[in-house]
This record gives sequence, C-alpha cells and structure tokens, in this order.
Amino acid sequence: MPVRARPLSPHLEVYRWRLNMVLSITHRITGIALSVGFLVLMYWLVAVAGGPRAYESAAAVLASPLGILALILWTFAFFYHCLAGVRHLMFDVGFGFERAQRRRSGLITIAGAVVLTFAVWILLWHGAHS
Amino acid sequence: MSLRSPLGRVLGRGSARDGTEHWWAERISSVALVPLTLWFLVSLLALPDLGYAAVRGWLALPISSLLAVLLVVTLAYHSHLGTTVVIEDYVHDAGLKVASLLVLRFLHVLAGGASIFALLHIAFGA
Repeated sequence: MPVRARPLSPHLEVYRWRLNMVLSITHRITGIALSVGFLVLMYWLVAVAGGPRAYESAAAVLASPLGILALILWTFAFFYHCLAGVRHLMFDVGFGFERAQRRRSGLITIAGAVVLTFAVWILLWHGAHS
Repeated sequence: MSLRSPLGRVLGRGSARDGTEHWWAERISSVALVPLTLWFLVSLLALPDLGYAAVRGWLALPISSLLAVLLVVTLAYHSHLGTTVVIEDYVHDAGLKVASLLVLRFLHVLAGGASIFALLHIAFGA
C-alpha cells in the first residue's frame, strides 16, 4: 500500500480566524520572540560582568534606534506572554471558559499588554530625561 | 501487556510517554517566572539610572544574585520546553527535527550557563 503524505496537525489554514485563535498564536509567537530575547539578556549580563567598557558598548547597541525598537517589542512580548500565560493557567484550572468570559479575558490581555508596555517606556523615557 | 495496536508497534509510533510531564513542567516554570520576571523588571525600573555603576551595584547584592540566578535557570528551562514543542509541531522531517532539537538544547544550556557564570562573576568577582 503506498504511503500518502497526509496533512499533519496543526493545519491552521482550514479555520476561520477567531479572537481566541489569534490570541493563542500570538502567545506562541511572543514566546519564540522571548526565547531570542533570553539571548539578549545573556549578552547584557555578560557585559555587566565584563566591566564598564563592555557594558558601555552593549548599552550603546541596546540604546540605538533599532535596539530601542526591539526592546519595546520585547517589552510588549513579555507582558503579552505573561498575561496570556496567566489566562491559560486560569483555563487549565477550569475557570473562564464561557464565551463572554473568554472574550473579556482576551481583550484584557491585549489591552493590559499595550498599557503596561507604554507605562514601562514612559517611566524609562522620564528617567532618561530628568 | 501492550495497549498499542500491531500497526502502531510496527511503525514505531505512538505515545512518547512523557507528554504530561512536559506540559506540567511548562506550567510550573511559568508560575515561577511571574514573580521572578516582575521582580527583575521592577528592580531595573527602580534604579536611579541604567549606567554601569547602578546596574552592577544592584546585581552584586546577594538577594539580587540569588533571584537573578533563579530567574535565568527557570527562563532557560521554560524557554527550552516551549521552543521544543514549536519544533516538534512544525518540523516534520525526522533528521531536521533531531538536529533542531539538539541545537535548541545546546543553545539553552549555553545561554543559561553563560548567564549564571556572569551573575556569579558579578557576585564574587573583583
């Protein structure tokens, strides 16, 4: 019998886009982004251990326009992954499965991540200019 | 007695046996990461500035060293668990999958190890 290449899970293209689906996919994407961010954290920690000169050069890279943009995206990824993770933990213990609850916690996750990202960067901006 | 079907036995497929542990470990590490990451972020924001002296002084405190080591260990663990599932989900070619998982594991041990070494150097180095 010939072995046919059957579609393997997850085959996302067969579904209509839904809020919870977008939230779940974003959770995974932000998780991958944060794993890359872990390498940057390592780079930063090694620079701190390396002394003032190493730290200044690492700080210059991170404070460059591209570095700032990446750090802002990582801040959002962190807050999103953190809030969505707590939401998933809530699901895991059996809370919030009703349609309206799912929708509300989903929207809180998005809004919370955006607001917290803004808050952190306003604080950082304020600190750098006072 | 095996519960696997004859076909499943022949194909060598079926349960990988440790799915539940993987899932559970991911949850436990995620719970630990909530306070650890928030501590790290809030402490960083509470520093007078992000210059070398302030950052080094903060990370050299015993409590910072301890929490930061716990943070990078848990982070490496959780990140490895998460990215492993991603590879398992999307990389279907057997050889490429094994190679990716191997690279992933080495990278996480490297990143975790280098972070711990850096933190210990900050704590105990001159």
